[in-house]
Amino acid sequence: MFVAAVTSGLVLGGMYALIAMGLTLQYGVARIMNLAHGELMIAAAFAALWLFSSAAVNPLLGLLLVVPAAFAISWAIYRLLLTPLVRRAPNRDALEVDSILATFGMLFVIQGVMLVMFGGAYYSYSFLAFPVTIAGATVAANRLLALAFAAVIGLGLYLYLTRTRLGTAVRAVAVDPNSAPLVAIDVRATAALAFAFGGALVAAGGVLVSMFLTFNANIGVVFTMKALIVVIMGGVGNLLGCLLAGLILGLAETFVATFVDPGLTLATTYALFLIILLVRPQGLFGTASR
Amino acid sequence: MKPAFLLAASAIAVAILATVPLYANGYELSLAITLMNYTVLATAWTLFSGPTRYVSLATVAFFGIGAYTVAVLAERMAWPWILLIALAVGVAVALIVGLSTLRLSGVYFVIFTFGLAELIRQIVTWYEVNVTRTLGRYIFVGIDPADIYWQLLGLAVLVFAAGILIRRSRLGLALRVIGDDETVARHIGINTTIAKVALFALSAAFMTLCGAVMAPRWTYIDPAIAFSPVVSFQVLIMALLGGVHRLYGPLFGVVPLVLLFEFLLARFPNHFSILVGLAFMLIVYAIPQGIVGFVERILRRRGDAA
Amino acid sequence: MNRGRSLFAGTLACAILTLGLGGAVTAQEPASIKVGYAISKTGPNAGGANITQIPNYQLWVKEVNDKGGLMLKSIGKRVKIEVIEYDDRSNSEEAVRAVERLITQDKVDLLFPPWGTGLNLAVGPVFNKYGYPQLAFSAVTDRAPELAKRWPNSFWFLGTSKQYVDALVDLLSQMRKDGKINDSIAMVSIADGFGIDLSKAAREGFEKAKFKLAYDKSYPIGTQDLSPLLGEAQRSGADTFVAFSYPPDTVALTDQAKVASFAPKVMFLGVGVGFPLYPQRFGENTEGIMSLGGWQADNKATADYRAKHKAMHNRDPDYWGSQVGYSSLQMLEQAIERVGKIDREAIIKELQTGTFDTVIGKIKLDNNMPVKAFPLIGQWQKGFYTGVAPAGPGMAAVVVPKPAWKQ
Repeated sequence: MFVAAVTSGLVLGGMYALIAMGLTLQYGVARIMNLAHGELMIAAAFAALWLFSSAAVNPLLGLLLVVPAAFAISWAIYRLLLTPLVRRAPNRDALEVDSILATFGMLFVIQGVMLVMFGGAYYSYSFLAFPVTIAGATVAANRLLALAFAAVIGLGLYLYLTRTRLGTAVRAVAVDPNSAPLVAIDVRATAALAFAFGGALVAAGGVLVSMFLTFNANIGVVFTMKALIVVIMGGVGNLLGCLLAGLILGLAETFVATFVDPGLTLATTYALFLIILLVRPQGLFGTASR
Repeated sequence: MKPAFLLAASAIAVAILATVPLYANGYELSLAITLMNYTVLATAWTLFSGPTRYVSLATVAFFGIGAYTVAVLAERMAWPWILLIALAVGVAVALIVGLSTLRLSGVYFVIFTFGLAELIRQIVTWYEVNVTRTLGRYIFVGIDPADIYWQLLGLAVLVFAAGILIRRSRLGLALRVIGDDETVARHIGINTTIAKVALFALSAAFMTLCGAVMAPRWTYIDPAIAFSPVVSFQVLIMALLGGVHRLYGPLFGVVPLVLLFEFLLARFPNHFSILVGLAFMLIVYAIPQGIVGFVERILRRRGDAA
Repeated sequence: MNRGRSLFAGTLACAILTLGLGGAVTAQEPASIKVGYAISKTGPNAGGANITQIPNYQLWVKEVNDKGGLMLKSIGKRVKIEVIEYDDRSNSEEAVRAVERLITQDKVDLLFPPWGTGLNLAVGPVFNKYGYPQLAFSAVTDRAPELAKRWPNSFWFLGTSKQYVDALVDLLSQMRKDGKINDSIAMVSIADGFGIDLSKAAREGFEKAKFKLAYDKSYPIGTQDLSPLLGEAQRSGADTFVAFSYPPDTVALTDQAKVASFAPKVMFLGVGVGFPLYPQRFGENTEGIMSLGGWQADNKATADYRAKHKAMHNRDPDYWGSQVGYSSLQMLEQAIERVGKIDREAIIKELQTGTFDTVIGKIKLDNNMPVKAFPLIGQWQKGFYTGVAPAGPGMAAVVVPKPAWKQ
């Protein structure tokens, strides 16, 4: 029972971390509070579904198509739609407000396009839905895959950001966009890159969760909200914090569901989030930079 | 002389607005109720978030507390008592939240308030499911749409009056300093804690009452209806688009947006999302300082030219 | 102000006024019958509305108009239907306003109901105030009898949760008597009006029939992982698993049960089992799974309806609410044609008292609700979702135990 709770908690937490990683990169570096996050994720899920059902493309191969496309689209969104906002914003607060408004608009547009294309009905397909047994607990292969991806991406990106030159530049922009140019960093290009990378991660998350979640064109907001909670709890811009926060929430949910009452899972999630913020106002791994 | 003139003009405007239910048909009254509802909410939101620059997504937490209190107490006691109890609950929650969130800033505060609204919704749901064993309450009280409209109008008047009084008081000055620079505020001896919490509670009080007044309109209330996060987002967007540096700013967001939503929903029910999204983006890119800022800039330019 | 311009405006206003009056005088017979509806095209309710409700509205309107419209005896000819539709964004306030708008601005002749219990109750007072018949077929509420008295214009086609629970309890009692299942039941329910109403009725029903509830928990909307609940249900040793769930959870529960090789002898799940998505997703594994609703295998009328639905929308209808909803529209059509004009009071009266021919058979309402008109409990048997309860003609025998999962 305990083992089962731990495994399903980790798997669920992996999914939370996966959907939040893209957002933490976008918000942490490019300072764009992307409210259209969940919609992009669902769009990727629809793309995977469409490839799978009409062209019989395996969703894992689909990743190779969807992720680069999402990278390109996100880069274009940043360059065309968000750069004007960045340019005119006198300070960080103003950019935050502007980006909330602009991406709120984008949210509706993407959702509307999906509604026109797919209608409001629920969609779901079956892929890698066979059981895998780990330490006596049984989980679905597709959910396990999402956890593995989250762990690899989280740790890999963390190492990349801390150990490489470009990674250091990205972090420099995250910490102080005004001073970064002094050491010959192209802030706008770096931010665009981070935003595009975030978009690619979101799309990867969308493709992976589409294998086991039932979704429709209206459901994106749910994931945006979950992702925001994870991002803030982990500390803005910190991928390791994001992974940890996701896992904590996942474990808390399954433990409460198993040992206390499944009716309190989401209440626990929010309570935990609020308590952590009260104790550490900058999130688990955030630095008090503001 | 000028304040007296403004006062008289406002009184006339309120008197005219009060006559709307006498000649409006069912739909027009409904539209007026929606406009009034969002006017109260967005102005109450601006009362706190305008001067302090804390962006709150807790609107629906208080709105929902008000609505849900009515659902629980309906038919059990007289209407004014229900409103008073709702008010007390809303203010109590606001004080607790206000005191506990002072260390948070920026986006952390935004998401905290969102989490708070969801937490309250989850707790209410759990309580109803496990303790009362019913989810979804029925409200059958004899309050018709005209009554709701007049109550909302009264609330709107109170919100504006409160806003004007605060701006003229020491509290208003203190808040403006906090909004500009909180550290400076603390150094010149302003008790930032009391100022912020008091204002947060006041703003929450209006939101709670607004929820309580609106509740009888829907016959049926469950936590998903009462605590729908859409309300928080809509209020935030309307206030920001109108402009939060003036008390009347949100009005300029509420009226055009409600009418725009109404127009698009009716004319393009199948493409509503796309069009409303494009409209949002257009406004953000074309009118960066909010509608009030835009109007003021044009007026200023005219003044310069003359 | 420019005097010339105001003179011009005045003339224009007069001209419009005259034209308007002239139009009013000649419009003796209606050019069309205006039907309006506000439904959730976006927001959380859109998933249900798009499967059970909107396709039926479109199908019925198309069929009536293909016939040339509704036959109005009073003018001796058919009149086509014109549709005005709004999106209520799954929001009570928007729904109320949209219905007011349809009635007072668009002056529609008839209204279709919105989706779901909450929204049907929200618009109830408005339908009642203006005297429009409200044929709700996506609302399950225990207050249905009381509501029908309060608002005599409102009809509650899906009935009360007690009806469904009684049918389920009868079925389970028989299985226990036959020694096919033990007397222990594991139940989970979604923490929303639907799940709580049904689980409350079920709790009372099971207790009365001396069943033991080995596990009984609710879970909030938006729960992403239901495996802990299934694990507990599996460990409880109950032969019967009952879930009052919503579509995404219904799919997730099936998926997780299969992964955990949890195959209870009776597996009863909530909304979504009857959706076309379900057999698509689970194929042979649907065998033996039970839920609400169900179709009669030998009913030719429902088979025809299914074919028409499929031809127009390229997918099957929902096997619970769809056929009931379509039948309610047929009843409305027959009531109007019997009355022979758009006299809403007379139409309501006819709906209350008349007997109607529908795709699910003859229906006569009792206190504004159908009685034993359609199956309440269904089960997937060899790729068909067949009705198994309440006992009566046309019901298939229930299959227990549910076969093991095919991985």
